[in-house]
Formats: sequence, structure tokens, C-alpha cells
Amino acid sequence: MAVPRELRQISDAVWELPVSWKPGMRVPARLYGTRDLVEHFDDGVFEQAANVATLPGIQKYSFCMPDGHWGYGFPIGGVAAFDPDEGVISPGGIGFDINCGMRLVATNLTCGEVEPHLHRLVDRLFERIPSGVGSTGFVKLDEDEFLDVVEQGSRWCLRNGYALPEDLELTEEQGCMEGADAAKVSHKAVQRGHNQIGTLGSGNHYLEVQVARKENIFNPGLARAFGITMPDQVVVMYHCGSRGFGHQVATDYLHVLLDVMERVYGIRIIDKELACAPFRSPQGQDYFSAMKCAVNMSFANRQVILHRVREVFSDVFGKSPDDLGIRQVYDVTHNTAKLEEHVIDGRRRRVLIHRKGSTRAFGPGMEGIPERYKPFGQPVIIGGSMETGSYLLAGVESGDQTFYSTAHGSGRVMSRHSARKKYQGKKLVREMQFRGIYVRTASLRGLAEEAGGAYKDIDAVARASELAGISTPVAKLTPIGNIKG
Amino acid sequence: MPYTYLEEIAIADVAFEARADTREALFVEAGDALMNVMVEDLKSVRPLVRRSFHAQAEDLERLLFEYLQQFIFFKDAEQLLLRVSKVAITQETGVLGLTAEAAGEKIDPSRHDLNADVKAVTLHRFRVRNEPAGLIATVVLDI
Repeated sequence: MAVPRELRQISDAVWELPVSWKPGMRVPARLYGTRDLVEHFDDGVFEQAANVATLPGIQKYSFCMPDGHWGYGFPIGGVAAFDPDEGVISPGGIGFDINCGMRLVATNLTCGEVEPHLHRLVDRLFERIPSGVGSTGFVKLDEDEFLDVVEQGSRWCLRNGYALPEDLELTEEQGCMEGADAAKVSHKAVQRGHNQIGTLGSGNHYLEVQVARKENIFNPGLARAFGITMPDQVVVMYHCGSRGFGHQVATDYLHVLLDVMERVYGIRIIDKELACAPFRSPQGQDYFSAMKCAVNMSFANRQVILHRVREVFSDVFGKSPDDLGIRQVYDVTHNTAKLEEHVIDGRRRRVLIHRKGSTRAFGPGMEGIPERYKPFGQPVIIGGSMETGSYLLAGVESGDQTFYSTAHGSGRVMSRHSARKKYQGKKLVREMQFRGIYVRTASLRGLAEEAGGAYKDIDAVARASELAGISTPVAKLTPIGNIKG
Repeated sequence: MPYTYLEEIAIADVAFEARADTREALFVEAGDALMNVMVEDLKSVRPLVRRSFHAQAEDLERLLFEYLQQFIFFKDAEQLLLRVSKVAITQETGVLGLTAEAAGEKIDPSRHDLNADVKAVTLHRFRVRNEPAGLIATVVLDI
């Protein structure tokens, strides 16, 4: 589809669809991206950003980030703030994979030190961090113990020897969203998730061993502040979420809200996947509590994986994790709704921010980011395709324009089916190996679906977010090892 | 093939269309279409364990949705790959009831050529339509 004629350029990387574009829009839609990125947005982005703008209680704008593409209900990259008293909460604004997120971990090893051991390291990571269809984790929990995990998140990991206190400090929400109530999740969700702590999943979930090459450090001061301190430093980045548990919570509540939305609350929506309920309604509050359980499960999942990463590095290099300088940089969530305070039209207000395929990017000095990062802004980790590399960015003051939200990845441009036709898993493994990236995968076809060419240009996404003033690039991190589900 | 995958409906996910003459056969095909997203060769799934699916719904679309969810549930909760051979749909006082007999086995990466994990059945373009050529279901799966 062509870009809508009514789309107006606000600045180099900010575009606006007026409320007149679609009946029922309460606020304009703002799309972020350079002209090239916006011209290549799929049809769904414009339609869905406009659909979100019709939801009750939305504040200022319905946003879409530079990596945006079609999603269920909200576009991927969709951000919207709602008045908690007059607005709604919508599972379609959060996503099926609640708190799908990224964690970045630094080491004091250089690429030269890791390369001789790379195959053993990646093989061991692949063995020890289960991935792929139906995989189960090494933390064996009965259903009752799992209920503690979903209410406590990374705090449960700390108590059970899977975390250091510093890991929690360096995780968004300190690894636990308050108010999670396991009584609000179905038994089915618990049955699906209780054996999946410590697993990557499949699709676009992965773990990478990456290198911060000297030429890819864009802001040495910020890089140093975030623990990227030497040339060719090796880091570990991974992307995973709340697995079957979060997916079931989302599915359950999509139907709960569809059932009451119009019948009880008189809310009419354009698309079933935008099912919602007033935030203050019993159903809205139940979903919020259940969503927090899935957020916490996901934090615990990434925390347990960090424990495994420490074990594997220690094993392969024969030194303690501490001697190897294995230290979490930060952990960010992508798919959440959170109550945050923002200044709207000169007044400080509490709003419910939905971010779906978008990263919170708080600026310097803001509450809610670790003390050690306060002078610098929040680290933002955005994952690129497995071939091209990923970015570490930082939140900036001018991020207030999007309620301090930025991109989350590079965003797909090619369907899974087309990618499978175009790329072959085995060939891709060989080509990547030739370029110095050692890959282990649970599915060669799944790997082909994740080929670099199926994604947008991550450099363009990072550049657009800088140009728009919603985050600033710190470093690009390029892969040397990859495990994929 | 009684089911086909649709190219460009959901860019990050998988969509399929299943066709059959009867509701029962449509459900069997749709189940295989979902399972075939996760495992490349359905014939590699041996019928070693049996599970029964039960669901109730007010209409056929919702019944199909509930039925498809069960494959995802058993895949996560018991790591089972399942195929359904027999579906019975009943109707009583406006409510549709379903019983399906499924058989399959535990996921074994050494025996099963695995693809992408299905996270959820979505409501996007979810539809069962009755056409002269038969029943057609369109389903989009979140990957």
C-alpha cells in the first residue's frame, strides 16, 4: 500500500496521520521513521495505528516506532498511553508474548580470547539453554512453586541461588512487577508454563555471543558507563519471553474482555484483536494482575538463563564468573502495560502506557532506572537480525515526546513463508560460518525464517530513533555465535 | 492437500486455510495444519499416547478455536505432538459440543524434524465459511 496521502511530515523522522483519516480516531497517529522506513511500512501499520487512536481514554497520540509492522490489534512497535480512570487496558496492546524482552551481559573477555573456544562455548550454551518446540527447562518446579515464581519474578531467583543482588538492580522493575496475583491466572496457563523456566523458545528468540568492536562504539562515555570498556569486548545478548504461560494469559483474557467489552461496557472496536475493558473494571484489573504474573515469569526466565550463561562461561574458560567479569548490563521488556508518571500538556499525570514491540527509554535523571545509570539515561537493548548485529542505545530527555518509548528490534519485512523459500537453513549456517558467526539451531527451517534479509536494516532503525530524538546509539554489537530455537 | 499455508496474511506469523466437506473432517485437517507448522513430517509422529479433547462453544468458529488451542496446550504442558483421527460434534440447546480422539508422542528432536513453535491461535481473520465447494477455515497462528 502506498503511504496515505494525508500523512504529514512533522520533522525528519516523525510523521502524523490526522484524526480525519479514519472515523472514530480520538487523537492523531504519530509514526516514527525516516522517509525510507515510513514508505516501506506495511499497510497494517497505518491502519492499526489509526485503530488504536479510536480506543477510549487514549492520550496525545497513537504511536508507532521505526521498526513497526503489522501485529494483532496494535501494530508491533505500537505505543499508547491511557487515562487510568477513563481509559482501557487491551491485551492486543501488549502482545501474546508478555514481557518478551532483551538482556545484555558484559564479560571482560576479548574476541581474540573467546574465538579459540567459540565452538565449545556455543555448543555448551546450546546444550544448557533449551530451545525449540516444546522445550523444558532445568529448573524443575511443581505448580505451587511456579505460582511463587510468577508473583516474585527475579526475587524468587535470588532466593533460590539463580541471581546476584546486582542482577535485580539492573533489571527493569528490578525483575518483579508489584501486584502480580497468581489467583488471576488460569490453571491451563500454569500447566503450560511451569516447566518452561530457563528456556529460550523459538521463532525470533535467540541468544548471541557478540563483540563490541572499536569502530562500532558511537558514544564511548555512555558505553563505559554501561560496562563496555575495552576494544573487541565480548558480550552476551538474548531475547525471550514468558513462553506458554504468557501466551495462555493473553489468550484467556482476550476472550474475557471480548465477552464484556460491548455487552457490559458499551465499547465498540474496529478489530477483535483490540479487545479491551476499562482499566478500572474488575476484568481490566484482573488482566493487569495476570499480565504482571507473566511479566514476572519472563524476568525469572531470563534470570535463570543468565545463571546458565555464568555456569557455561565458567566451565569453558576455567574461571569464576566474577573473574570473567560476567555482569549484567541491563534487562528491558518489550511487551507490557505499566502505570507511569508523565507530563502531559504541562501537568504531571499517571497514565497506563501500553508498549508492544517497543522499549521503555527513560532519560537521564528519571526515577525507575538504576542509580548507577541515572546520570546517563536508561540502557536500551534492541536486537537486530542474527546476521547483522544489535544495538545498545540510551534514553534521552527528548524522549518525552513518545512517553519515553523507542524501537525494540529491526522488525520483519518478509513473511516466514517467503523467507523459507528464499533462504536455506544449511546454506545459511555455512555462509554465516564463513563470515565468522557460528550458529547452533533447534530447527534449520526456523533458522531460514530468521535470515537477515527478512528484517529491516537495524542501522536505519537506530538512526531514525536518534534523528527523532527518542534514544541515542551507544554501540553496535555484532554476533560471533548464535543459538536459535 | 486439504490445507494450504497462506503467503502474506501475517508477516511475522503463519496463516492457513483448511478445507473439507464436513465439520468433523475440517477440524481434523485444521489440527494437522497447526501441527505441521511445528513438525515438518506429520508421519513421523507415532500414535503412542492417546488424549481426548473436549470443548463447548456457542458457534462453530469458537469451537474450532477452542479445539486448536488444545494442540498448543498439550505441546507445552506435556510436550506432546498430537494428531486427531476422529472428531464428534454434537448440538444441544444451542451449544456445540466436541469430543476428539488424539494420538501422538513426546517431542523427540532426534526423530522429529521441528519447525517453529506455535504460541497462540489468533482471532485475526479467523473464519469458517460454508461455500459450494465445502467448508473452509482460515486461521492465523502467532509464532
